[in-house]
Amino acid sequence: MDLNYTSTQDAFRAEVAAFLSENLPEHIREKVRLGKRISKADTEEWNAILNAQGWLAPNWPQEYGGAEWDAVQRQIFEEECCLAHAPRLVPFGLTMLAPVLLKFGSEAQRRHFLPRILNGEDWWCQGYSEPGAGSDLAAVKTRAVREGDHYVVNGQKTWTTLGQHANWIFCLVRTNTEVKKQAGISFLLIDMNTPGVTVRPIELIDGEAEVNEVFFDNVRVPVENLIGEEDMGWTYAKYLLTHERTNIAGVGFSNAALTTLKKVAAGTLAGGRPLDQNPHFAARMAQVEIDLMAMRTTNLRVVSAAAAGQAPGAESSMLKVKGTQIRQELTSLLRRAAGPDAMPFLPEYLEGGDNQDPMGPEHAPAAAPNYFNMRKLSIFGGSNEVQRSIITKAILEL
Amino acid sequence: MDFTLTEERSMLRDMLGRFLAESYEHEMRQKLLASGQSHSTETFASLAELGILGALFREEQGGFGGEGFDIAVVFEELGRVGSIEPILGNAVLAGHLLATLGQGAQDEMIGSVISGETVLAFAHAEAGSRFDLSHVQVKADIAAGGITLDGVKTHVINGGDAQVFVVSARESGEAGDEAGISLFLVPANTPGVSVAVRTNIDGTSGATVTLSEVQLQEDQRLGKAGGSFAAIEAATAQAILAVSAEALGAMESAKALTVSYLKERKQFGIPIGKFQALQHRMADMLIEIEQARSAVVNLASALDKPRPIREREASATKNLIGRVGALVAEECIQMHGGIGMTGEYALSHFARRLTMIDHQFGDVDHHLERFIALKSA
Ligand SMILES: Cc1cc2nc3c(=O)[nH]c(=O)nc-3n(C[C@H](O)[C@H](O)[C@H](O)COP(=O)(O)OP(=O)(O)OC[C@H]3O[C@@H](n4cnc5c(N)ncnc54)[C@H](O)[C@@H]3O)c2cc1C
Repeated sequence: MDLNYTSTQDAFRAEVAAFLSENLPEHIREKVRLGKRISKADTEEWNAILNAQGWLAPNWPQEYGGAEWDAVQRQIFEEECCLAHAPRLVPFGLTMLAPVLLKFGSEAQRRHFLPRILNGEDWWCQGYSEPGAGSDLAAVKTRAVREGDHYVVNGQKTWTTLGQHANWIFCLVRTNTEVKKQAGISFLLIDMNTPGVTVRPIELIDGEAEVNEVFFDNVRVPVENLIGEEDMGWTYAKYLLTHERTNIAGVGFSNAALTTLKKVAAGTLAGGRPLDQNPHFAARMAQVEIDLMAMRTTNLRVVSAAAAGQAPGAESSMLKVKGTQIRQELTSLLRRAAGPDAMPFLPEYLEGGDNQDPMGPEHAPAAAPNYFNMRKLSIFGGSNEVQRSIITKAILEL
Repeated sequence: MDFTLTEERSMLRDMLGRFLAESYEHEMRQKLLASGQSHSTETFASLAELGILGALFREEQGGFGGEGFDIAVVFEELGRVGSIEPILGNAVLAGHLLATLGQGAQDEMIGSVISGETVLAFAHAEAGSRFDLSHVQVKADIAAGGITLDGVKTHVINGGDAQVFVVSARESGEAGDEAGISLFLVPANTPGVSVAVRTNIDGTSGATVTLSEVQLQEDQRLGKAGGSFAAIEAATAQAILAVSAEALGAMESAKALTVSYLKERKQFGIPIGKFQALQHRMADMLIEIEQARSAVVNLASALDKPRPIREREASATKNLIGRVGALVAEECIQMHGGIGMTGEYALSHFARRLTMIDHQFGDVDHHLERFIALKSA
């Protein structure tokens, strides 16, 4: 047992930190620091900078332009990015689709799609959920019927994050209705500029339209956009979900959020003294910090097991539940810290405009929207209830 | 001991409930919010006509209610539909201050508040005052020629709708002193008064009111010079009761939406309400909402009690409401899944209001600390 990083890992951390301090554009850093909304252009700008450095795809093999870091390096990279207020990497192409392409795609698909993810030509979104298929994902109904060298797709996806920016969507579609529901699903890549694809935004509780409904009306998709074999999509989908769950603990985000929270609490007066001296607020902060200290180690225990070649299995469910609880508590405390100043809704400020609110402190306007937005953490990627069921069955064997 | 409402109050509740169910039907409320208006002038006029504002004042003040249970009944119904009508800052805070401190001609304004013709707002909070009622820094300069107000007031509830502000300002002492705070009646069109309106994340409306060299006459002072703190505290206790009852109404609606969704939504071939993991949490929520109802009853009956009792109950109730409000908002969203997070769906509106009520008149931590201090006093 040794909780210390190796000197190589320490050097790596220093290298990442130095790069970030030199290359992260100030206007983007400032938005992330204040919890403002990150635009498509911001993401593209930052992706290009990381790509030039060869760091945009931490988990890919170098052969395809990735950094090929091990799990601990990726963890270090994530932590440093969060502390430096770098925007999060949009995962759909980089950490969701790419592993599936690498494992189950054809060489032609890899050579075509992977470079386009790196150079920003393609923006991917995830078309798994449907109105009737949420936790019960295998119930997807979107139908793909083979007609010659095309699939004709009809149906609807929903909750598609950032689908408004995307030009490609990877979908779970039903290709066989005669078999057990998991056995009739295929994994299909769909160009969103194909006739018959419609995207409709859904405004969420925080006032931002971050997700979308995507409709397919007789959309013709070339058969070469099928991943692997027909009707084998469930296997690929599950493989993708295990990747979705790496980094699920969000330790990097929590570290950064705790640092921000401490600064805000020390700088906020409540009843004539700093908020971090209110015994009740201080206790809440201490409690979540204690949980986070343990979570850093829980996460590394799971992550380094994976680094040694063991895939994180049901343990990642543990990281998901506790990690999201910690993140949600931190956003809740940041909201509370804002007091009455959490109330005004200032979309122009959140969009990055100048602070037109002369009254509130700088962190206040985003505090409530972010708190509400982060309710999603315990809903998506397999809800926390679903994760508990996995733990119950796979670890406890109950 | 009697836990039933009087006949008058049951009638008031039923009538108000019926009226709001129609005029604040979710789609109509959505349209109202989308219109960018701070409230519906039509609905507000009807509420006044139905006597809802009158129910918040006592007989000797020109109303026909004004007791804790009247406020609780009215605000629970308002909370049930997510009303954004200007009643809290107007009648419960500013109106109450006017009714208890007003003299002569000042008092006459209550009639037009009850009829809905005049809307008042209470301009009290300031940058950095947070939940501290005695943190008043805006200065009232008294000179032979009159009174001059200078400074900025924040988070003025429905400040954009008010014709007249009740403004707190300091005549002596420093921020944090209870003594030295005065109240003034300031018409919104007084030279030097400017109002910047903002919509809050829960759909309610607030304003920043800037006072630059606002000139007042001696007869615009409400109550004794420098002696208004006790009235402000009492009015705030009323407001705490009002938002606690409002929260209760919102909790009931959020719970009802969730219960019917759990019956309706199917995953894995069965209604999700059949999963015991969710059933037990709904059961816990029901228990907590009943506790919230009792906390509202406690405060409603303590409103006329001596200050130490009243204030301790106010802090107890607000703390409990804050805790249960967060639980109900978070659990109802979670048990809905993605749908619970959508802006259009009614649940997210109740969740936003429930959450923001903890940001008004003191949050759970503030009132926990205050409860402890009042207990040992
Ligand atoms: C902001 C946001 C972004 C998203 N982005 C995407 C995206 O980009 N692409 C995509 O495909 N999907 C996305 N999703 C969808 C997400 O994966 C689903 O919301 C999630 O799978 C839950 O499904 P549901 O919303 O239909 O809820 P439901 O499955 O209907 O669940 C409702 C409630 O029932 C509980 N429940 C369900 N089954 C059980 C059970 N067996 N036992 C106990 N409790 C149970 C759930 O935990 C939840 O509390 C997103 C969702 C959100 C909120």
